[in-house]
Amino acid sequence: MSAASAAIRFDEVTLGYGRRPAVHHLDGEIPAGALIAVVGPNGAGKSTLLKGIVGTLKPLEGHIRLKGSASGIAYLPQAAEIDRSFPLSVYDLVAMGLWSRSGLFGGIARRDCTKIEEALAAVGLTGFERRAISTLSGGQMQRALFARLLLQDAPVILLDEPFTAIDAKTTADLLDLVRRWHDESRTVVAVLHDLDMVKRTFPQTLLIAREPVAWGETMDVLQPENLLKARRMVEAYDPHADVCHRNVA
Amino acid sequence: MLDLFYAPFAEFEFMQRALVGVVAIALGGGPVGVFLMLRRMSLTGDAMAHAILPGAAVGYLVAGLSLPAMTIGGLFAGVVVAVAAGLVSRFTSLKEDASLAAFYLLSLALGVTIVSLRGSNVDLLHVLFGTVLALDDNTLLLLASISTVTVLALAVLYRPLVLECVDPIFLRSVSRAGTPTHLIFLGLVVMNLVGGFHALGTLLAVGMMMLPAASSRFWTSDITMMMLVSVVIGIVSGWSGLLLSFHAELPAGPAIILSAGAVYVVSLVLGREGGLLWLAWPGRHLEA
Repeated sequence: MSAASAAIRFDEVTLGYGRRPAVHHLDGEIPAGALIAVVGPNGAGKSTLLKGIVGTLKPLEGHIRLKGSASGIAYLPQAAEIDRSFPLSVYDLVAMGLWSRSGLFGGIARRDCTKIEEALAAVGLTGFERRAISTLSGGQMQRALFARLLLQDAPVILLDEPFTAIDAKTTADLLDLVRRWHDESRTVVAVLHDLDMVKRTFPQTLLIAREPVAWGETMDVLQPENLLKARRMVEAYDPHADVCHRNVA
Repeated sequence: MLDLFYAPFAEFEFMQRALVGVVAIALGGGPVGVFLMLRRMSLTGDAMAHAILPGAAVGYLVAGLSLPAMTIGGLFAGVVVAVAAGLVSRFTSLKEDASLAAFYLLSLALGVTIVSLRGSNVDLLHVLFGTVLALDDNTLLLLASISTVTVLALAVLYRPLVLECVDPIFLRSVSRAGTPTHLIFLGLVVMNLVGGFHALGTLLAVGMMMLPAASSRFWTSDITMMMLVSVVIGIVSGWSGLLLSFHAELPAGPAIILSAGAVYVVSLVLGREGGLLWLAWPGRHLEA
């Protein structure tokens, strides 16, 4: 894979909090148009990795290079981080996906209104426009957030545990959207826990347990010996940890 | 009988001025209060109201009861505390409420000490509870300017302000407007508090922000309507509070806040959106 077609390139990236690494020396690239799952135990650094790609967390060491700018990324964080009690309608929440075009002050044109309605229809939320977001169930909220992702129309899409606590029907509908994005040659990176789903839908997988354990074709990555290795990750801090000297000349 | 409701304003100029003043305060303070409430910063407003005291007090120490000196002092102190607390909470693990609590306790003690250094108890009362019945031209102009700037700024900042409350991570992923928006908003809060301070004093200034805002939550679940309702409630409270103080010979500032408080209690009981009465007797459930 040539460097030019990489959507995201990691150069010996270490991400973490304080001086403790959560993702340790990740090196490699995600090619443009890839559909890749990120799997690993809790605390393995999966969400941290997405935060690093979006740029809300600066690497402790190394670089993350993006093909376009960071505004070309649509990011769906774990659902819990949205204030559901805020008096906002579903329509307005979804319309915020148009931010990259309307910006801080721009209006929303009639053509955009059609797009918003199409996005709502695509996730099966037609008729929910005027509902307050506080009245949505978990699955409906996730559908609304996928509609917003649709409107963002970004070449790179990052999903952090998008199907956790979501029922089978909703998961299936939303997975169809993920496949559609893949068909449109967008790059999709999704943090997932359901390995069967990964095997069925995601051609590429990155298995991490703080250190990258395996990365490549899903069937090669999800071998028992790799999974066992990932499970052996030590979660506790080592109070006597030395300064890491890997890759220091 | 009916002239009880308007005669004092027709007859006395100081009542007219007081009414204009509280209308201006309601226009700016209501919407700012709604955003404070939705951003879960209701007590932040209270803390910042105290934080402007030492600044106003230093102005007082230098120039006596002078409008520009106390305004500039109050704005300066408020902005310093707001920005300092905002930055502390954004870049350290201390949350905004905790860092503000620390700053405002310090400010309140410092402010009262400074005023006592020079002034009488009457001056201290003036600073703590305001002089809504003695607003001069310049003060009215200041109040009107503050509410004009506030309404315009909120119109411009509306989108990032809402988004920062609902989904700050999304805002951060699409725009860098988050931090400047937050800081400008804190600036608006300080401005409105300083305006309210001249009429109602440091201790009650925040009342014309938070009471109408909290009441409005009980009447609508739409943020635009909420802001409108809070302005109406503010104006009605100001008007009825002034009448109450006139007829019952009560101090005007506390009477206004008491009226706003009464509206709050009524809203709490009767409000269509989660008022106590509707919680107690919700009616039979619907079919779908």
